[in-house]
Amino acid sequence: MRIPCPICGTRDRREFYYQGAASMLDRPAAEAPLEVWHDYLHLRDNPAGGTRDLWYHASGCGSWLVVERDTVTHEVLGAALVEACDAD
Amino acid sequence: MVELNALSACDGLLPVEHGRLTLREETLGAITSLAPFKGQGKALSAALQAAHGVGFPAPNRMEVSGDVACVWTGRDQAFLLGPQPDAGLGAMAAVTDQSDAWAVVLLSGEGAEDVLARLVPVDLRPAAFPLHAAVRTELGHMAVSIMRIEAGLRIMAFRSMAATLVHELSDAMAAVEARRRLS
Repeated sequence: MRIPCPICGTRDRREFYYQGAASMLDRPAAEAPLEVWHDYLHLRDNPAGGTRDLWYHASGCGSWLVVERDTVTHEVLGAALVEACDAD
Repeated sequence: MVELNALSACDGLLPVEHGRLTLREETLGAITSLAPFKGQGKALSAALQAAHGVGFPAPNRMEVSGDVACVWTGRDQAFLLGPQPDAGLGAMAAVTDQSDAWAVVLLSGEGAEDVLARLVPVDLRPAAFPLHAAVRTELGHMAVSIMRIEAGLRIMAFRSMAATLVHELSDAMAAVEARRRLS
């Protein structure tokens, strides 16, 4: 499995750390109902097909990425930075 | 005041030779981490160019001018290798002295890429990794920065891992050399 890091280029899976579903980025408002927070914290989809995950390029540039992949074909469809580089 | 003798990171470990392959320690002078502040990337690159003759490198590259080099080491981060950094850089970037924190070794000789192919998940052959290319990756499970210079492949690892780095590389060098003798 290879992941196309937007900064480093396509790299081996060994360089990356898997965090979990990219839905973790959609944090509810602090005053949101308990069910919404429960869903955010504990409930995950388990799709047969397209999924979005958070991966950390631990041994490379050190960026968090949202990786789109297919759980049926194992195809990696793309990767995007969670936050753009801010020096430029 | 006690006079202490400074030892290099690979003191007593290098050089190592296996057939055509050699591994030796490099002494680079100062190693300084440069992490530009928000929006300061271009200003830092211009200040670097004026003070040291090298710009801030693009990802996977290093900039070289004489004995001075600036190598990309991560997202919005590069290492200045050689000189003491100009004091003015501190206005545009977090500037951190890391001179004693790294073990720096040079792997050279025919088959150097074959040695690293056993340890590193990046294609380092010249066609994919030409002169002054530089990657941040792992060697075994060690975080390393690897770059191609005229003399060979330079590998930088955390100083605390120096003995492991030399051990891993030396074993791989011996294996590549043994295979060459068989063929």
